[in-house]
Amino acid sequence: MSDRIVLDDTDRAILRLLMEDADLSASALGKKVGLSQPAAWRRAQRLQEQGVLTGRRLDLDLAKLGFGVTVFLGVKLGTKGRVSLADFERAVSAIPEVQTVEHVLGLYDYRLRVAARDIADFERVLRRRIMTLPGVGNVDANVLLSEERLAGPI
Amino acid sequence: MLDDTDRRILRQLQADPTLSRPDLAERAGLNAATCWRRLERLRERGVLRGSRAVIDWSALGYTVEVSLRITLDKTAPRAFEEFAGAARQIPEVLEIQTFLGQVDVRLGLIARDLAHYQTLYRERILTLPHIADLEALMHVARIKTDETVPL
Repeated sequence: MSDRIVLDDTDRAILRLLMEDADLSASALGKKVGLSQPAAWRRAQRLQEQGVLTGRRLDLDLAKLGFGVTVFLGVKLGTKGRVSLADFERAVSAIPEVQTVEHVLGLYDYRLRVAARDIADFERVLRRRIMTLPGVGNVDANVLLSEERLAGPI
Repeated sequence: MLDDTDRRILRQLQADPTLSRPDLAERAGLNAATCWRRLERLRERGVLRGSRAVIDWSALGYTVEVSLRITLDKTAPRAFEEFAGAARQIPEVLEIQTFLGQVDVRLGLIARDLAHYQTLYRERILTLPHIADLEALMHVARIKTDETVPL
């Protein structure tokens, strides 16, 4: 995997379309980028094999599902060296309301995305599940107001 | 409101968004026609907005990922709009999020390597309008990425 993957304009167009709608059929995809169905399928297949397309994410309207609040938590672990990162990661990943866990360097050690029904529900998750995790020190919370995802450099 | 059948469908689809329609119906314990009708209704109501392909930027040579947490100068009347408008012009910015809390805005930024990040940081980020304070978190690893919710 040392060779840099080189994308052409058609690959880029395919990636952009699939980021918008991963359910697009090969024939619909082909039509939009000016390829036959088999050619479009082969391109998408190759992007998968190269590890560029790694999967799909379901786009749900969380508010309509009753999850009205998304909070980002910055978690600092206490007493470094005594806490097993693996233990913390396993425990935090098992919390259903925790959507993503990222290990970061900087002011915090971990960045968590938490979905909750409302602020009261968030408080319950924070007190009962997050604050009781092994090794948790400082926690800082920011409530998400809006979110925009962009296509990125393709 | 959603009933248990809707939840069952969404739970299965959340666990594996690549499931084919027949497999989804089977896992949700429904016949294909019922499952399809339910999915259509979830789409019409806007609960299910679709599915998006996930790109591994590191496979494309972007090995550095940084969270920039930014406090804006709120004395400027259109600080957020002008900041976001300019941030959108930077191709390496993947996410723009706004918050209630100590941080106003977060940018998710990728770069090819640290030298590229340094260039982006100096030439594109620090020149964004209305920044009062800024701190960076370097991403080390993604531990959990599924973004699912308990349904």
